[in-house]
Amino acid sequence: MDNRATARLEAGIRQFQAGRDSGLARLITLVESSPELADGVFSRIGESSVPCHVIGFTGPPGAGKSTLVSSVTTVLRDEGRRVGIVAVDPTSPFSGGAMLGDRIRMERHYLDPGVFIRSLATRGGIGGLSPATKDVIKLMRAFGFDTILVETVGVGQTELDVMAAVDTVAVVLVPEAGDSIQAMKAGLMEIADVFVVNKADRPGGREFKSALRAMLGLAQQRGPWEPPVLATQADRDVGSAEVMAAINRHARYLRESGELEIRRLLREERELLDMAFAHLGNRWKALKGRPEWAELATRVISRRVGVDRFLKAIADSA
Amino acid sequence: MERSRPIRVVVAKPGLDGHDRGAKVIVQALRDAGMEVIYTGLHQTPQQIARVALQEDADVVGLSILSGAHEALCQAVIGELRGQGLEEVVVIAGGTIHAKDVPKLKAMGVKEVFGAGSKFEDVARAIEAHVHGAAATDRPVADAG
Repeated sequence: MDNRATARLEAGIRQFQAGRDSGLARLITLVESSPELADGVFSRIGESSVPCHVIGFTGPPGAGKSTLVSSVTTVLRDEGRRVGIVAVDPTSPFSGGAMLGDRIRMERHYLDPGVFIRSLATRGGIGGLSPATKDVIKLMRAFGFDTILVETVGVGQTELDVMAAVDTVAVVLVPEAGDSIQAMKAGLMEIADVFVVNKADRPGGREFKSALRAMLGLAQQRGPWEPPVLATQADRDVGSAEVMAAINRHARYLRESGELEIRRLLREERELLDMAFAHLGNRWKALKGRPEWAELATRVISRRVGVDRFLKAIADSA
Repeated sequence: MERSRPIRVVVAKPGLDGHDRGAKVIVQALRDAGMEVIYTGLHQTPQQIARVALQEDADVVGLSILSGAHEALCQAVIGELRGQGLEEVVVIAGGTIHAKDVPKLKAMGVKEVFGAGSKFEDVARAIEAHVHGAAATDRPVADAG
């Protein structure tokens, strides 16, 4: 790291500790672009004592996730809560660039000092979030937000990273999402703690809502929590308060049932493995150009050398 | 080692004109040039634009102005950015801006002005030059080797 980068890091930490938004913004850039610096950053900024609930909003493109996040933020601000928003949009697999447009729907919060919105590009993440999203959530937590809203990219049925990153998952659908057969499928439909049928005034809204409810009645419950189905028209702020009330009920359920702790442990295990894989990946990138390593790789892939020996060789090469 | 990262650009429509075809085309072009582009939407105040630039840790703010009020708007946006401590953010402008106004805009700190007919490649290249030039600073290009 050169001197300028060091200076930027130091300035970022100083501003962060002084509670300035510019510090949070800079540290997000740092942990996003230089994961190897993240450890150093987190050990220095410490933790916040403010309890924090992290809520994920996921669902197909065009379901109204950003608009719902904005509307829910208004509800939260009326309750005096401080809100951090992470909005993820896809990186182009061709150019590496991205158009980050979620915040357009959140314009009414641009000047609210109690709301901080950050747009992230997926940068290679394929599960609906970016690899840095969890670290960004941690930074926002440490900054003292009591509520963090995470909006995924528009997802299909199997981009489910959000499940491992947040406390409560809201799956946002629209009446056009399909009939009861779509609702019975695995994946997205199984990770919801709360279902939101947005644009519920559209044709088929009531039918879709009842199909969803019927499906949930048949499904095997993961626990005592039954995911409620709520109808909204987020662009008119209709139903957002009810969505937030359901999410608050879920938060209470998580605490009282002990599931919060179970989820935290699962999350940490996943995160540990993700970190280990990322570290391994970086080490491998540095080694793979050399012929002896390329040859070793070939032998591992053809099963002539065990993976454990391969991992040990990489560890020993440090 | 800070890895090379995509340049982050906030594209904004300050003031009252309601035409954002040009802004959207530029957003797409810069995305295709490998940048992360945040679009603010229409009718933004200078305060809003500066706050977006701050939260998004933008390297560049691009202002699309078709209203003729480019002098006042650029001045106001630059003032707000400086007020937020964002001295390093590169400000560029585009739209219907008469050539005779360009020196005035540059004097107030606008780094580049792109009128109608500008080429996408030129816009992208100018942004890269300003950002990488200004920030051999905090933005080393990719790791050697």
